[in-house]
Amino acid sequence: MVSVGSADRYLPDTVQQAVKIPVVGAFGVGKTTLVGSVSEITPLRTEEVMTQASVGVDDLAGMDSKTTTTVAMDFGRVTLSPRIVLYLFGTPGQRRFWDLWEGLLEGALGVLVLIDTRRLEDSFDVLEQLEIRDIPFAVAVNTFPDSQAYATEELREALDLLEETPIVTCDARDRGSAAGVLITLVEHVLDSEAFPASVPAPVSAPVTAPGAAL
Amino acid sequence: MSGSAGAGAGEAHAGHGPDAGCAALRPYVITKGRTRPTRNTVGVETLLVATGAEAPLPVSATREERALVRMCERLLSLVEAAAHLELPVSLVKVVASDLVDSGHLIARSGVPQAVLPDPQLLQEVLDGLRRLR
Repeated sequence: MVSVGSADRYLPDTVQQAVKIPVVGAFGVGKTTLVGSVSEITPLRTEEVMTQASVGVDDLAGMDSKTTTTVAMDFGRVTLSPRIVLYLFGTPGQRRFWDLWEGLLEGALGVLVLIDTRRLEDSFDVLEQLEIRDIPFAVAVNTFPDSQAYATEELREALDLLEETPIVTCDARDRGSAAGVLITLVEHVLDSEAFPASVPAPVSAPVTAPGAAL
Repeated sequence: MSGSAGAGAGEAHAGHGPDAGCAALRPYVITKGRTRPTRNTVGVETLLVATGAEAPLPVSATREERALVRMCERLLSLVEAAAHLELPVSLVKVVASDLVDSGHLIARSGVPQAVLPDPQLLQEVLDGLRRLR
């Protein structure tokens, strides 16, 4: 258990408003690292029990078609002002975890999508879902020592991002860099509120997830 | 959906070790079978604080209710309380919601809203983030 003394566990009593930003990305992309870089507390872990139909993979004959999985989510906290506290949630991006998103996206300021250029394809589903749900997001490329450098425009094309979606590189281990991508995201959210996209692309959503069509 | 509470315990052999069934089952006992909180205004980031001793918990209060009230003796978010108590967030949402209803906890903010965040709030967030760099 990470909890040290409970002395710094609590928030200043002046805090009136909590806001949150989910940091979505594939396994191993550096979500927890990024959260930890800016968090004022050692990132905490919460576990959620999910019941899910096992789809496709892992179809073991004779086993129950439903399994329970425990999904861990790491999160951190930044007290931004005497009045406001920000929570950052490292959220798994894989399709089978989308149920978890529901409680996290609701009321979120925006979403930060963290990607690894060595595994771009891991982020396609996530990006598509966010676009369908019309949630403002920014894309941050976490640079690893052996990742090839791409021009952001190349990445924009490869990821099929809209022109206005910010895409930046970062070093998730670096506090200033991690704060920088969060700033980019919030600036983008402010901009998109001030100048809403003229036509919210009429999405004829390809059927991606059961229930999404409702 | 047909799986009753008993199914989890009885089928713990399904590859998850002997405790898996219980781990999945217990939360639903604690919440008296409910998976949704009574109010939809508690989110993971909702800030909670105990109201104080003027309304002691009833004798019938569960261990989790007592633990949550104790944990929130000072201001803390729901998700942090859940993490410190090592309880699933979905369970704590239900318990916290009950305790807000009964007047033992106050939910201060973080009301999840479908509407866009207020620009002034965004600006304050931005200013705070800029101070981090």
